[in-house]
Formats: sequence, C-alpha cells, structure tokens
Amino acid sequence: MAKRKKFVNIPVLTHLAEESHEWPYENPLAPGHRMCPGCSIPPIVNMALLEYGKDVVTGSNTGCLEVTTGVFPYTAWTVPWIHVAFENNAAVLSGAEAAYRAFKKKGKIDKEIHFVSISGDGGTYDIGFQALSGAAERNHNMLYICYNNEGYQNTGYQRSSATPIGAFTKTTPVGSKIVGKEEKRKDLTLIMAAHEIPYTAQANPFNYKDFTRKIRKSKDVKGFKFINVLQSCTLSWRTKPEDAFRVLKLATESLYWPLYEVIEGKFWRINVKPSKPKPIEDYIAMQPRWRHVLKMPEILDKIKEEIYTKWDFLLRMEKLSKELAEDLGFTLDEIFEMSWDEYQEKVKPKLKEKTYLS
Amino acid sequence: MAVELIKERKAVAMTGNQAIAEAMRQINYDVVAAYPISPQTELMGFFAEYLANGLVDTEFVTVESEHSAMSAVIGAAAAGARAMTATAAQGLLYMYENLPIASNWRLPITMVLVNRALSAPLNIHCDHGDAMTARDSGWIQLFTENSQEAYHSLIAAVKIAEKALLPAIVNMEGYIVSHTIGNVNLLTDAEVREFIGESDWRTNVPHPLLDTDNPVTYGATALPDYYTELKYAQHVATFEAKKYVKEVLEEFNQLAGTDYKIIEPYKLEDADFAIVVMGSSAGVARTAADQLREQGIKAGVLKIRLFRPFPYEEVAEALKHLKAVAVLDRHDSANGLASPLFQDIATTLYHLPERPMLHDFIYGLGGREVTVEDMLRAFNRLINLYTGRETRDRYVEYLQVRE
Repeated sequence: MAKRKKFVNIPVLTHLAEESHEWPYENPLAPGHRMCPGCSIPPIVNMALLEYGKDVVTGSNTGCLEVTTGVFPYTAWTVPWIHVAFENNAAVLSGAEAAYRAFKKKGKIDKEIHFVSISGDGGTYDIGFQALSGAAERNHNMLYICYNNEGYQNTGYQRSSATPIGAFTKTTPVGSKIVGKEEKRKDLTLIMAAHEIPYTAQANPFNYKDFTRKIRKSKDVKGFKFINVLQSCTLSWRTKPEDAFRVLKLATESLYWPLYEVIEGKFWRINVKPSKPKPIEDYIAMQPRWRHVLKMPEILDKIKEEIYTKWDFLLRMEKLSKELAEDLGFTLDEIFEMSWDEYQEKVKPKLKEKTYLS
Repeated sequence: MAVELIKERKAVAMTGNQAIAEAMRQINYDVVAAYPISPQTELMGFFAEYLANGLVDTEFVTVESEHSAMSAVIGAAAAGARAMTATAAQGLLYMYENLPIASNWRLPITMVLVNRALSAPLNIHCDHGDAMTARDSGWIQLFTENSQEAYHSLIAAVKIAEKALLPAIVNMEGYIVSHTIGNVNLLTDAEVREFIGESDWRTNVPHPLLDTDNPVTYGATALPDYYTELKYAQHVATFEAKKYVKEVLEEFNQLAGTDYKIIEPYKLEDADFAIVVMGSSAGVARTAADQLREQGIKAGVLKIRLFRPFPYEEVAEALKHLKAVAVLDRHDSANGLASPLFQDIATTLYHLPERPMLHDFIYGLGGREVTVEDMLRAFNRLINLYTGRETRDRYVEYLQVRE
C-alpha cells in the first residue's frame, strides 16, 4: 500500500510518533469521524492500532466509536472493521479469527493477521459480557480493548455496571431520596484476570508509554488479551474538552484507576505507583457528574474504601507474584519483559515443577 | 487436508442428524459454530467425532450461546469463510437479532434448523414455529421431507447461498426426521466437493475482511438518506434468489439423479381439492389424496420446498384451477387472522381472476402425530365447506385439538 499523508490529530500522538519504533501508516482512524471534541476514544484507537500495523481485522460493539466512525457511505476506518450488534463483537471476531486459522492451516493465506475488538463498557461489562467471557475461555488469538467511559454515553448517559458509586446518570439521577448510582462499579479487569487468559491489563491513554507498551505486549502474546482503558467523556462526565487528559491523569494519580497487568492470572505487576497519591477529591472535583458527592461524607467514604482496599489488594497480589517469580529464579520484571515464546519456554516448565509436581 | 472417506456412492440407513453431519463432513466447512439445543445436539456430536478423528479441516467454534453462534459465523463469513451453524426453536430466537444482518450483508451462511416448537409451554418436539419466526429475516428457506432430502438440501444450499449471496436455512423436522432412520443415498466426497467447489477466502464473499490490502467496513450506520436504498438492494436480491435456487437444484438433479423442484405438486393437474403442506407431513397427505381418489374424489397435494423467497408464480400456476385448497400450517401465529403459509398462499392467489376457496388448518403442534385420518379429516372438512354442507366462522381452525 502506498504511503499516504500522515495525520496527527492530537498532541499526544506527536509524542507517540517519537516513541514508537515505527510510524508506517496513516492513522487507523482517519480524520472526519464524528466524535465529540475532547473525546478520548480516537487517541486510544489510534495509539492501539498503530502498534498493530495494517494487517489487522478490527471490530466494535454498538456504541460511540461505532456510530461516529461508519456512517454510510463514509467510513473513518483505514483497516478492516466489522460491527454486527451491541453485544457480540467478541463472538464476531472469534469467528473471523477461526476463519483465519482455517485458511492458515490449509496454507491458503500467508500473512500474519491480528484481531482487535474495541468496544465501550456497556457492550463489554454488561450486554456483551457473555460473548466476551466465551471468547476469552476459548482463548481466541485476539485483543479486546474496552474503552471504559463508565456509562452508556451513546444513548445519552445511562448507568452501566462500570459507573462509580454516587455518580449522576440519567437512570440514576441525584434526587432528594437517592443520590446517583447506589452500587459500586464492577471490576471487570479482575474478572478477566480470573479467566486466567494469557494477558490482562488496565491502562490509561494519558500514560501513553505504558498504554502502548501494553499494546505491544498484547501483540506478542498468543491467545486472548484484555485491556481495560479508562476513557473520559466530555459530554457526560461534563469535564471540559481540554481537560480530557488532565482528568485521566488524576484517575491514576489518585489510585482510582490503577495501572497494572496480569499474566495468566498468576503474575500481577503494578505499573505506576504514585509516591504520594493525589486526593480522590481532586479527581472527583473535575467531574460535574460526580462532584456532588464531595459534600456527602458517607458516599465519599464508600468511594475511598473501594479504592484503597483495591489498591491494597493489588499490592498484595504483586508481592505474592514477586515471591513466585523469585521462587522460579526470575524477577517479576523479567517475566513481564520477556517475549511470550520465552515465557512458554523458560517460565512455564518451572512453574509446573514448583507447583503441582513438587 | 480432509480425508476422502466415501469413494463410491452408497445407500445407508441414517437418521436425519447423521445425514446432516455426513453432509457437513463432505462439505468440509471452514468454520462451524454451534451451541447445544435439542434436537440439534446430536448432529453436532456426530460432527465433533469427525473432527476429533481428523476427517475434516473445520474450525469448530463451540460458542457459549446461539447468539454468539450466529455472531461467529457472521464474523467467519465476512472474513471470507464457508461457515455454518445449526440450531432449533429457542436457539433461533436467541440468535434472531443477527439474522437480518447476515442477509442484508449478503453473507452466504448456511444453517440447519432442526424444527422444534417454541416455548411456552416448553416442548422439544417438532413444529414449524421456529422457522416461521425467520420468514421475514431475508434468509432463503428450504423445507425437507426426510433424511435424504435434508442431506441433499444442505449440499445444494451451500451453492445456492454462494450464488445468490444470501444466507440459507435448511429446515429438518425435529425427531420426525432428525432422529428417525431412513434410507440415504450418499454421494461420494469427491462429487460433493466438486459440486460446491473449493472454498477460497478471496472469492467466497466479494469483500473479505481478511483482505487487509483492501480494507472494508462492515456494519456502517445508514440513516434515512441511504437506508431505503440499502434495503431495496436486498429486496431485489431476494427476488432474484429464486432463479439461483432453481438453477442449483437443476444442477444438483443432474448430479444426483433426483428431481427436486422448488415446489412439488402431486396429482394436481386434474384435481378439485388439495392440501398445501411443508415437511414430512407431505407423504401423509399424499396417502390421503390417493385414498380419496379411490373413492372418486379428485384430490392432490402441493408440497412447498422453497419457502423463502416464496415461489408465488409457481404456486399460483399449480393451484389456480382448483375448487378449494386446505393450507396446513404447523404453527399458530396467534394473530387473530391465519398462520403464515395460509397468508402466503392467499396473497399469491388474490391476483388471479378466479381462485380456489381457501381454508387454514393448524396441525402437528409440539410433535403431535400426523396421521392419514387427520389428512382425510382436513380434506372432508374442506369439501364440506366448499359444497356448503358445513359452515365456518373463521378461515383458520385447529385440526387435531381435544376440546
């Protein structure tokens, strides 16, 4: 394919261009899509797919990304892309991936093709969870990215199971008796790690080095990969368009959205450990959808309890993982930094020896 | 590569499910995705044994639901694969959301629908309730009478779907055909593979996802400015599909020595009264017609093989000279009018200057046995209505109900 003009549509991508080993193609998502100003979906998609190159088949569930990128007769996708319905992209791509394997084993296709689904939290945490869990269990060789904006933004902001406690949505309004969503958010990253899939990670497009490294890792790992990416929604979170990345930065700095990765449900590594976490109040204060809870100590207390106990849990998992890695004669970093083939060759046999054979 | 197992034609005793699994082996699909539901479960079990013994090259995606089964075959077909699934009743309803998407995208998927009654009440036995829900989904639908026809129809359906670029359902009646042993004449593996041609991701569909050098978007939104045109394109394709069904059945007849047509008239040329029916009950109706002819009543039967697209021209031609026609619907649409086959026949005949009297019988629900006596009762009621010896207050009646 002839090299076309390269488009750089947000500042963060200029940094990426310097960082990335290659910049061979135009953005996977061409300019002219209909996403809101200040939406952080396009950089997530572009950063992720640039790492995958052009031999990739992508897809999405119904949602913001889907309705804004393919409005007939136009498309913003410069790579193959498929959207069938709201809940089934994991299944759709598992079928496409099976088709690829069928032709590959018959020698009817030479090139290496990767499969990447990119869908919102409604289509991932809720209605699409069954298809996601099924595809993960069958361990299709594909990456599933959830851009998690914590609600049904495409339909005008209703609650999803990713919406945090106390947040306003149109189905959980702030009233005199009930204040926002009453339940805490579902932790889908933990659920996917519990599937013991080869690779699970939580990422943040603000930390683009960490995010793109995880994407590169996912490209190397064979089997099902899941990356949960926090994504700010200017429309529903009511943050200012220019604050999209500021609010995302605070999400990780306040421990609301820890960045970590998990291999096969066994090795857990935290990627960013703020030396002095920012107060969660700072993160909440930037979001008009949620900042009413700052005046409600009971709800705020529940939010803090959720965040800090989760952080403690992750630290403990990492500690255990370090012990396990050392028992096997590695450091935890070595295990995460080696290639997937090396992991199979060096770590897996030792893991077997140290655990059920001893 | 898939093993060549049957090198010479042979006649074997097989259930419908075994015959379909045999056809699946010979077709050697690229991708099969399925989820268990009675009476389809056994079929996938037989196929899985072929797979486990290395007799096929298929990627078998054992999905977690029927919704994902249809999603996976859509993904596979869009990628460029020859893909197939099978289901029944609730399974079809669960995957239903995806059916009109497959047809609007012109994906040549094949599906075996092992006909089963819809809940409630829960019932695993045969009627056509599941197939009727898919009548407006844009899929080609073939109905079959026995294992032999089901086996032949699936092989033909692969080619029909790929020529018409529309997905196709092969209906096989649950238990009555799926679990009943009958004679099946098998074609050789080589004959089947030559008939359908080799699967190639570059040519199975016009725009495969796997062609990353020519990226395509599947599933764009079409708003009021384009939706109508995209539906019209499908409308035209559906009408044209009948031509491809006829062509492929003709090619198939030449290969297998069969005589499949999109409709199968039985003693209709000189008939006064007829039953229109689909599936295994056609044989029972033919026996009843023969018995009536012995009594001097000119009775006949019309079996519909191609249900979608509905062969209205051929049906009108076959029925136009009759005095009265009883349509047998193995499903109750509960719509306060009449059931689907009756509505199709009535619509078909309406444009004729003179047309037979019509009456609708709902029969065989939830696996209720269909006997020659039932068919004779239908004929007699029809004749009595026609001659004025009996009257009716509705166009639709239950044939076998205990009141």
